[in-house]
Amino acid sequence: MATTSPLQPVPPRHSRLTHTQQERFLAWALIAPAFLVVFALIFAPIVRAFWMSLHVIDLKRPALGQPFVGAGNYLDILQDATFWASVGRTAYFMVVSISLEVVLGVAVALLLNQHFKGRGLLRALVLIPWALPITIDAIMWKWIYNPTYGALNSLLYQMGVITSYRTWLSDPVSAMHMVIIADVWKTTPLVILLTLAALQTIPPALYEAARVDGANAWRSFWSVTLPLLRPVLTIILVIRTMDAFKVFDIIYIMTSGGPSDGTKVIAYYTYLEAFSFLRQGRGAALAWLMTLFIGMMAFLYIRLVNRETEY
Amino acid sequence: MRVTVRIISVLLILAILAACAAPVAAPTGAPAAGGEKTVLRALFMQQAGYQQSDIEAITQEFETQNPDVDIQLDFVAYEALHDKIITSAASGAGGYDVVLMDCIWPAEFASAEFILDVTDRISEDMKADIWPGALEAVQWQGRLYGMPWLNDVLYLYYNRAMLEQAGFTEPPKTWSELREMGMAAKDQGLVEYPFIEYFQQEEGLTIAFAYYLFAFGGSFFDDEGKPTFNSPEGLAALNFMVSGLQDGLINPASLESTYEEVRRTFSQGGSLFSVNWAYQLNLANDPAESQIAGDAIVTLMPGEQETSATINGGMGLAIMRASQNPDKAWEYIQYLSSKDVQKRYAQNALPIWKSLFDDPALLEAQPAVAQEQDFVNVSKQQYAFLRNRPIVPYYSETSEIIAREVQAALTGAKTPEQALADAEGEVLKVREQYMQ
Amino acid sequence: MRRLLPQVGLYAAALLVAAIILAPPIWLFISSISSSAELLSVPVHWIPEAPTFERYVQVITATGGESAANFRRSLLNSLAVALLVTTICITVGALAAYSFARMSFAGHGNLIYVLLLSYTLPPIMLVIPLFRVMGDLGLTNTIQGLVIIYASLIMPFAIWILRSYFQTIPADLEDAAMIDGCTRLQALARVILPISAPGIVATALFCFLASWEEFLIALIFTSSPAAKTIPVAIAEFTGRHAIDYGMMATGGVIAALPPIAIALVFQRYLISGLSSGAVKG
Repeated sequence: MATTSPLQPVPPRHSRLTHTQQERFLAWALIAPAFLVVFALIFAPIVRAFWMSLHVIDLKRPALGQPFVGAGNYLDILQDATFWASVGRTAYFMVVSISLEVVLGVAVALLLNQHFKGRGLLRALVLIPWALPITIDAIMWKWIYNPTYGALNSLLYQMGVITSYRTWLSDPVSAMHMVIIADVWKTTPLVILLTLAALQTIPPALYEAARVDGANAWRSFWSVTLPLLRPVLTIILVIRTMDAFKVFDIIYIMTSGGPSDGTKVIAYYTYLEAFSFLRQGRGAALAWLMTLFIGMMAFLYIRLVNRETEY
Repeated sequence: MRVTVRIISVLLILAILAACAAPVAAPTGAPAAGGEKTVLRALFMQQAGYQQSDIEAITQEFETQNPDVDIQLDFVAYEALHDKIITSAASGAGGYDVVLMDCIWPAEFASAEFILDVTDRISEDMKADIWPGALEAVQWQGRLYGMPWLNDVLYLYYNRAMLEQAGFTEPPKTWSELREMGMAAKDQGLVEYPFIEYFQQEEGLTIAFAYYLFAFGGSFFDDEGKPTFNSPEGLAALNFMVSGLQDGLINPASLESTYEEVRRTFSQGGSLFSVNWAYQLNLANDPAESQIAGDAIVTLMPGEQETSATINGGMGLAIMRASQNPDKAWEYIQYLSSKDVQKRYAQNALPIWKSLFDDPALLEAQPAVAQEQDFVNVSKQQYAFLRNRPIVPYYSETSEIIAREVQAALTGAKTPEQALADAEGEVLKVREQYMQ
Repeated sequence: MRRLLPQVGLYAAALLVAAIILAPPIWLFISSISSSAELLSVPVHWIPEAPTFERYVQVITATGGESAANFRRSLLNSLAVALLVTTICITVGALAAYSFARMSFAGHGNLIYVLLLSYTLPPIMLVIPLFRVMGDLGLTNTIQGLVIIYASLIMPFAIWILRSYFQTIPADLEDAAMIDGCTRLQALARVILPISAPGIVATALFCFLASWEEFLIALIFTSSPAAKTIPVAIAEFTGRHAIDYGMMATGGVIAALPPIAIALVFQRYLISGLSSGAVKG
């Protein structure tokens, strides 16, 4: 099954060579509507955004016109410490949340792959955070973190973990971690689902063989399970990297980028530039830089998966 | 096959049903069905001041008197208002005709040519009767860009019972007095944190810094537009905020609180003092919302070097430049801000008209609490100490920088000196960029 | 004893996971049925003394311009948007996915990466130039406008999952059908689609959830009650001048119910759909 790489074109069937022309037409006709839907609306804006990124477009100063500055916006941004600070915060968010999601996700998926009473129920429960809209997730956690009426303070206080109420979102470092918790709670289930699905395709015979060879559970996890999970983990890593790099909603609702910029990630920074400060040329350049980075990640992913299938 | 087809057809049917159940908005700017009506689109916020139902009722009245006009109202959160106006302006025709504009935006919107200059539409008589602060809220470089409409400033509120318990009969006149009284109440164990503030990194924090700065005798910019807040006065103001947090005078929850959290904490008896807009008065004295009903007293903002300093929170109504019907839009605005309407709907917002403040009908329209506390009179006194946030086209950036740097000082990430110096440097940079 | 200990550990772990998953949403629900006074009590009242479903009733029965009525309206808007987007993505996407899975020609196969590139775009990039286009087309403030944007953003992902699923289906099945005289499209309709139900359902779920929860684009492009979607309506409960913790919690619970219900109903398709398709890349 795994021998057909999804990324390598499936060769045309010999039996239908006579219909090649027809087939070719059909092949293109079938993808045409999808391309129409995807690019009719997206293509023009992308090009337009690129054009904007090459000009100074400051809505506050219409008298300025929209002078062409070439790579000026990009160079400006790349020399701007605020930009690099927001890249750093985004990277931190990305690395910490994804690491937690992968470790916890795989652990829970392994748990859900065991036989025990109530497994079906637990598998269903896992879907709840996954299906919960991200804005609700943000609002829910913000309410839990509320410094005065929040459940977290009350719980920790009643358990004796803290001796006085804390303000979770008022310190840059703490706020970032609180946002990460909200994100991990919501997104780990996706990792669990995908990992669990992959675990179910591993033939039990492999574990039998490992056991015959005298491997304990830990050894067989490292030598059998993990290698077979590599493809799915790669996918998870890349999907999550793309999403985490674009993180916006949860920040907008929970912290507005504060406190003292502690959670001002790159998407929020771009939003501020384009919509609060009205520097749309610079905003477009920022958006393009984000796209370039994410595109690079996607490219890396394709390379990784291709290598994956070669061994 | 069956399963798939069934799934897809169920999806389709549901989609069609849902699409029918949620009728689609009429395309913007299109004439309404059944006549040659002029369609005006107006954008408001659904928060403090006039309630959504008030605005709907006033609009209905206007439509009844002007059967040829159809007004489509949109209400968004304050946080989304600025973005909506920009989106509308940038998409040209088909956007809004009338927008509600916060007092910090006229410079930005006017220099961006989003909104119409309405200086010539407002007569001298009208100007003479409008509170100067309210007029300033729609003004830039000597021109008027909107009609003043919502009149609001910040007040100091105190818990009378708690203050008396702490041994004081009169509310504080200065920030130092407030500190003394607060610490006395704290030492007596009456309250853990005597003062709750809006210190979340947002516009509200810039406002908070502004009233301290003005009270301590400082200013944001000089006449040439150079930043002046990095001064001994500015430092004294910021030090007051920082030490307030350190000593436990100010509730640390302030760092993530907005006006609503301030109101809740104060209403629950969780603080001796709070600073808030007019709307807190009714709610903090409403037994359904508050545990200190009857004891939440409104008074003048404290001073220090100055007698008192409050911040203008007024909002005006502006006409978008792209509007096809600016005259009709102006008529509508005139109706919304007319003395008659402002008098009748005065229970949620005080009028912009000075003459109405001597009108007994205005006093009668006030809720019982406001009458008891002579709120109209307190407001009149407070307006004398009204200050504005900087009126510059790059205000959004300025405010963002100030809120960020002030919070860096509040959270201890920077010393107050460093924070102010950094803020000054960055504001200078923004200003230079704009001047280029 | 050697067998018992791991068993105990297993159940302890399962309980812990269940608690972590359930505690926050349960707290949201408890908040939604607590009285206003209890919401603001310190310390927290874990179990409300006088639970009230008043806010739910309010959302269901409110009329006119009340915010509860507008909230109900936004629920319908979201439903319409999510269902339309899902339908478009599945029908159009399945055709394209089939083509990519089975009929590659020179250059054709690489096009899927071109499609996937659109997934790399940050929404903010589209929003900046798009509002002009949307304004010209008269699509701002309409649910059609949102449907078009979402469909174009979500489609590539749908095609990708579906293609992976189709590739796991042995080609012999279609070949047999075609030898029996079916055309390719007939083979697709009669052979491939029926056995792809799990993959299609899993994909549909992804599409539904993605359009249900999208926030930034809806925030910028909708402001009238006729077009606002749930995430925008919810965010309005948390404005700086108007936080209503109770309605916020109630709105949150209501907005979370449809996607959670749908996910639970189609649960068994989800895992099987994923395990044969997407996880193989």
